[in-house]
Amino acid sequence: MNVSIIDDLRKKKILALLKDGQRVDGRALDEPRPLVIDTGVIPKAEGSARVRLGDTEVVCGVKIQPDKPFPDLGDRGIFICTAEVLPLADPNVETGPPNEEVIELARVVDRGIRESHMIDLTKLVLTKDKSVIGIFVDNTVTDYDGNLFDACSYASVASILSCKVPKWEIKNDAPSLVPDSASAPPITTIPVSVTMGRIADTIIVDPNADEWKCMDARMTITTNSEGNICAVQKGGDDGFTFEQLVKCSELSIATGAKIREILKQVPGGNAC
Amino acid sequence: MGVKKTDIVLLDDKGIRCDGRKIDEPRNIMIKAGVLKNANGSAYIEFGENKILAGVFGPRDVHPKHLANTDRGILRCRYHMEPFSVSERKNPAPSRREIEISKVIKEALEPAVMLENFPRTVVDVYIEVLQADGGSRCAALDAAAVALADAGIPMRDMVSACAAGKVADTIVLDINNEEDQEGQADMPVAYMPNLEKVTLLQLDGVLTPAEYKKCIETAINGCKIVYEIQKKALKDKFFGDMSP
Repeated sequence: MNVSIIDDLRKKKILALLKDGQRVDGRALDEPRPLVIDTGVIPKAEGSARVRLGDTEVVCGVKIQPDKPFPDLGDRGIFICTAEVLPLADPNVETGPPNEEVIELARVVDRGIRESHMIDLTKLVLTKDKSVIGIFVDNTVTDYDGNLFDACSYASVASILSCKVPKWEIKNDAPSLVPDSASAPPITTIPVSVTMGRIADTIIVDPNADEWKCMDARMTITTNSEGNICAVQKGGDDGFTFEQLVKCSELSIATGAKIREILKQVPGGNAC
Repeated sequence: MGVKKTDIVLLDDKGIRCDGRKIDEPRNIMIKAGVLKNANGSAYIEFGENKILAGVFGPRDVHPKHLANTDRGILRCRYHMEPFSVSERKNPAPSRREIEISKVIKEALEPAVMLENFPRTVVDVYIEVLQADGGSRCAALDAAAVALADAGIPMRDMVSACAAGKVADTIVLDINNEEDQEGQADMPVAYMPNLEKVTLLQLDGVLTPAEYKKCIETAINGCKIVYEIQKKALKDKFFGDMSP
């Protein structure tokens, strides 16, 4: 960690503002940045989205293809969600194998959607134990301004909501594509991830890159359409009191409900 | 990895779980401090069927040097599972799961370790899972925290970890492997018992807001049980076995 004098000054400013309940970019403590979602941006993908959360930008594509099921889960389709931070997104990003932060990002985004059971994977079986439909959701971060967790999560959800699942029939034991019969994916709920940072005793929603550097600890909570909690990940080098954890859950449910309304309006969406 | 869906009864009508425990009862836990000769501190834990070794080295010089911090020490953590620790052989290379667990364990321990006393140095925590059962990240953390204390590294508090979860619509303490596979939610928690701070919190599975609170409270109670066992392990090492 090389902390420059500019970083140090910026941190002091952020801390001083927070003491008065103010944020460096003028937002309320529980206010996420503006969320802009375009879908269908990659026509060759079965579903896609470009999401801007403030100045953080993510492009996400969904590819759907027949695959072999996991050996112990022959009665359901495959869902895999990944995330990658591109070298063009930030000067500190290097090429090469993903570091632990990027691995955590991908796993937290995947877990939020998986544990919510957003896609009913039991509807994606072609032949039990032999052939199923795989849904692969890949996020690429193209511009960095903090909070990649939520940006990638919203991009994934928007891509899934707007995707079309092609139809396959089993012919001679192999899946064969039926042209022009794609349909909406089997959606059961809309998971929304909300990431919060704790700076001293203040909890803020959707930290930007400057705030991200000042956070003592982080909390990402994913809620479903019923307002229940389906995935949690604490991060950062400090902890939370029980009262702060309860506050985070309340913030994630309230903020999640507002973001869910934006996701429901996604163009070409199949929102339930 | 996974077990086929079976007809095991996770919770019977008397409130007894599939392994005979009550809903607020942890599995058997045994911790021994100071089990390795070369490490500065070490611990061995058996937590249910988990068998885990933790060794601590440092504070020592940082390699590679550019990772060193001029104003405080750094903590590094590696959680690793042996190929023979699970039913089907695990590839010995670190998986994405192990890399994520290493990161969350490091972030759970870091608030307790007074790294500001050791600028330009590193404390390395190595955790080897010899046999894995449900809740291995919590058991690993419990052993690692005892190993840090055994190494004499100044700490603000102990870090104690235990999971809670939802099984058959009931919040229960310390999820085992079957309950993890078949249950509805799993929430590992690490807690500093004197500073009353949660330093690790994860959740897989759906909980209502009320269940979320109850689950954290249940897990914290489990952490307090683990804390007593951690203290006893350290007392036994430094003052001899004091049990009657």
